[in-house]
Amino acid sequence: MSFRVVHYINQFYANIGGEEKADYQPEIRDGVVGPGMALKGALGSEAEVVATVICGDSYFASNMEKASADIIEMIKKYKPDAFVAGPAFNAGRYGTACGAMCDAVSKQLGIPVVSGMYPENPGVEMYKKSAYIVQTKDNAVDMRKAVPAMAKLVLKLLRGEKLGTPAEEGYIERGVRKNKFYDKLAAERCVEMFVSKLKGEPFETEYKMPTFDRVAPQPAVKDMKNAVIALVTSGGICPKGNPDHIEASSASKYGEYDISGVMDLTSEGYCTAHGGYDATYADQDADRVLPVDVLRDMEKEGVIKKLHNKFYATVGNGTAVANAKRFGAEIVDKLVADGVTAVILTST
Amino acid sequence: MVKEIERKLPVVHMCTIVPISLTVGANRIVPTIAIPHPLGDPTRTPAEEKALRRGLVERALKALQTEITEQTVFTK
Repeated sequence: MSFRVVHYINQFYANIGGEEKADYQPEIRDGVVGPGMALKGALGSEAEVVATVICGDSYFASNMEKASADIIEMIKKYKPDAFVAGPAFNAGRYGTACGAMCDAVSKQLGIPVVSGMYPENPGVEMYKKSAYIVQTKDNAVDMRKAVPAMAKLVLKLLRGEKLGTPAEEGYIERGVRKNKFYDKLAAERCVEMFVSKLKGEPFETEYKMPTFDRVAPQPAVKDMKNAVIALVTSGGICPKGNPDHIEASSASKYGEYDISGVMDLTSEGYCTAHGGYDATYADQDADRVLPVDVLRDMEKEGVIKKLHNKFYATVGNGTAVANAKRFGAEIVDKLVADGVTAVILTST
Repeated sequence: MVKEIERKLPVVHMCTIVPISLTVGANRIVPTIAIPHPLGDPTRTPAEEKALRRGLVERALKALQTEITEQTVFTK
C-alpha cells in the first residue's frame, strides 16, 4: 500500500487562468493537476497523489481563515498521510497560501507537510517554523529540480527517517535546535572557530543568532493641519503608457511623478504597470490604489496642509528585497529634502 | 520600502494582506479592501466608493497621529 499525498496549487498552475482568475474559490479534484504530474513521477510507487486542491491566490490572501478552514475539510475526506504545497518560487501570495495551508494541515491533521519557495518569498518568514520548505530559485524554470527535492523530503518524512541538517536536506532552516554529542568540548570548538575566523577561513557556527530587522516607529504627527503628506505605492500606478518602463515584475526601478494641479487620477491619464494583480480596476480609476482625489479634497478642506506634488511608484511583484530597500531609502531622502511630514504607502 | 521610509519619516502602510505587512515590519498598518483595488470597490457607485476611500484615508491619518511603541493594525 502506498502513502496518500494531497497536493495544493494555485489557479495559475491548474491552468484556470492568471490574475483575472485569482479570485477562484477553493476546489479539490481527484488525482494530479499541473505540476502534480511531476510530483507523482518523483514520488514513484511509494506514495500516490490522491487529490489536488486548487485555490486562487487573491481569494486565499483575502479570506485566509475561511479558505484554510474550507480546504482542511476538503482534504480530510482523502485521509492523506502527507501534504505538499507548491512550489511557489517567489510568488508572494502563492507562497503565503502554501505556508498557511502547511501550517493548518500540520496543526489540525498532524501529518508531514512540505512546500518549496525562494528564500525571499514572504511565505518563508511567516511559515518556516511550521513546514519543511525546500529552497528553490525565484521562478518556475526551477520546477524540474524543486519538485524532486520536495518529493524526496516528503518520502523521508513518511518513512519516518531521521532528517539531516537543513543544508544537507535542502530545506530552509526552521530554527529547530537539537542536542548533539561532540567529541570535543565546547570551549575547544569555540576556540577553533575563532582561530578560523582570524585566519579568514570558513567556519560554521553551531547556533546562528536571529536577525531582527525592525525599525522603531516614528513619533506621531502632532499637527496634521500643517502637515505635508506624500503618497508612495508598490501598486505600480504611473502616467498612462508607463513612461519609465517600470517592469511588470521584478522591478529594478521606481518612478517619480509630478501631480501638481492633478485633482483626480483618471483612466485617460493614469494606469498601473503592475503584472501581479488584475489591472482592470486600477486602470479604470487609479485612485483605487493611490487616493489622490480624497487627499486633494482634504487639502481643500484644510484637514492637511498639502498633498506633496510628487508621488513615487514601483511594482511590488517578486521585487528583490535589496531593490525595495534601495527604492525606499532613496525615496525618503527626496521626501525629507522636499519638506514632507509623513507618508502614506499603499500596496496591492 | 516601508521600513526604509520609517527610518526618517512617519509612514502608514495601507494594504490588504496584513500578515505580509506585519512580517515585513511595517509599524502603522491600515487594512484595505482587496488586492486589485485596496482603496476602492467597483461594485459600488462612484460616490459610495469615494466615501469608502475617504474613510480609509481618514483612518490612515489617524494612525499617523497616534503614538505607538509596537506594530499596530488600525482596524477602526
